[in-house]
Amino acid sequence: MKILDVQGLKKKFGGLTATANVNFNIEQGEIVGLIGPNGAGKTTLFNLISGAITPDSGVITFKGKNIAGLKPYRICREGIARTFQSVKIFAKMSVFNHILIGYLFGDHKNKASGSSSEEVAKILDFVRLSGMSESRAGDLTLANQKRLEVARALATQPELLLLDEVMAGLNPTEVAETMELVRKIREKGITVIMIEHVMKAIMEICDRVIVLHHGEKLAEGKPEEITQNKSVIEVYLGDSACLPSET
Amino acid sequence: MLTVRNLNTVHGKIQALWDVSIEVEEGEVVALVGANGAGKTTLLDTISGTYIPVSGSVEFQGQRIDGKSAAYIVEQGISHVPQGGRLFSDMTVRENLEMGAYSHHAWKQRTETIEQVCQIFPRLKERETQVASTLSGGEKQMVAIGRGLMSRPKLCIFDEPSYGLAPKSVMEIFQVIRSLPKQGITVLIVEQNVGQVLEMANRAYVLENGRIALQGIACDLLANDYVRKAYLGL
Repeated sequence: MKILDVQGLKKKFGGLTATANVNFNIEQGEIVGLIGPNGAGKTTLFNLISGAITPDSGVITFKGKNIAGLKPYRICREGIARTFQSVKIFAKMSVFNHILIGYLFGDHKNKASGSSSEEVAKILDFVRLSGMSESRAGDLTLANQKRLEVARALATQPELLLLDEVMAGLNPTEVAETMELVRKIREKGITVIMIEHVMKAIMEICDRVIVLHHGEKLAEGKPEEITQNKSVIEVYLGDSACLPSET
Repeated sequence: MLTVRNLNTVHGKIQALWDVSIEVEEGEVVALVGANGAGKTTLLDTISGTYIPVSGSVEFQGQRIDGKSAAYIVEQGISHVPQGGRLFSDMTVRENLEMGAYSHHAWKQRTETIEQVCQIFPRLKERETQVASTLSGGEKQMVAIGRGLMSRPKLCIFDEPSYGLAPKSVMEIFQVIRSLPKQGITVLIVEQNVGQVLEMANRAYVLENGRIALQGIACDLLANDYVRKAYLGL
């Protein structure tokens, strides 16, 4: 089943075309990688889907309903949650309260049986932040702040999760832990679109990859097809030296 | 060239660095690796004068620089390219570069240095009058590195220059950093791209929980079982 269908999406900033007629769709339960050079329009696409900005034209169909141009809070309650490339946390607020906010804000069609604090504890445990429940978010390491953003997004009980570079700035071991987390999220039945430059992660966990370049879709396919694609190598990967040699 | 001895640095109530000692010889590329929160950025910030250590010393070319102002340390020949670039987002590319030449001797040579920086990154010449906030991630990182070179440093410190960059841009940036010693610029670099940085560096230090856990020739560390397991995820 198609959970998301994007057709003819366009967005200009002044004279700059950030998104030019992008079409793609996402099947329920997939993990889809979104890659492309810096400035290709990846984050703009997330901003359009999550409602942070309004498209100039185009249709974004989520579970059969056009959500293009809806306000972000509406889209969140429809079942789409996201994280941010540069973490957007409340530095002085506790980890627990971050997740509580996400939980109380979300639309709980599958109303959980436990109390809010039990639900928050479950999510903390799921992302392995239980020991830091009372820490101030600003005191966490970057790796944990990124986990916190994932937790806050999950707390809204999304069906589609947009992850914007959750692995940037993590070392290979921390990347492996995050990959495991993304797999666990999919096992819960949540569909994932992830923007990522860490090719090892893209290769190992994505079912499909979409490549953007200058706001347009340059290629789409299985990870192993994408890494062989000449134009993708030319504009994004460079030569094969950067591919994970250890796999 | 740079000698850090028994450095202890504190953030509020938390001690971030414990008795850290490192050395950088002229002409080397020295890498500093470690998990998030290990203290890598704190160490770089203590060297470049953002933090004052509680105890220990930092010597650069035989002179104590710990406790001196960041501006003084730049004058002595150390520049720092911070994590995430930290550009002046409303300024143009050229203005950002000029800010790097703020110290007295560098200012007089700024026109010439900008030319040299634009030879390294021809894209910056094309974007000279563009406002920094409108650049792509890779271009911003080029400006940040260019700005670091504008003070005509002897030692250039890089904090995660590959952060958020596409694979192709990472390779381009690493090629530039690798070439700096040939131009008389010594390099101290923090990177999460552990495999690539160890291939590029001469020597490396591994920082864990604010302490130096391992040190050695970079290619030896690349082959070290512990490093492979803990930092390369192999």
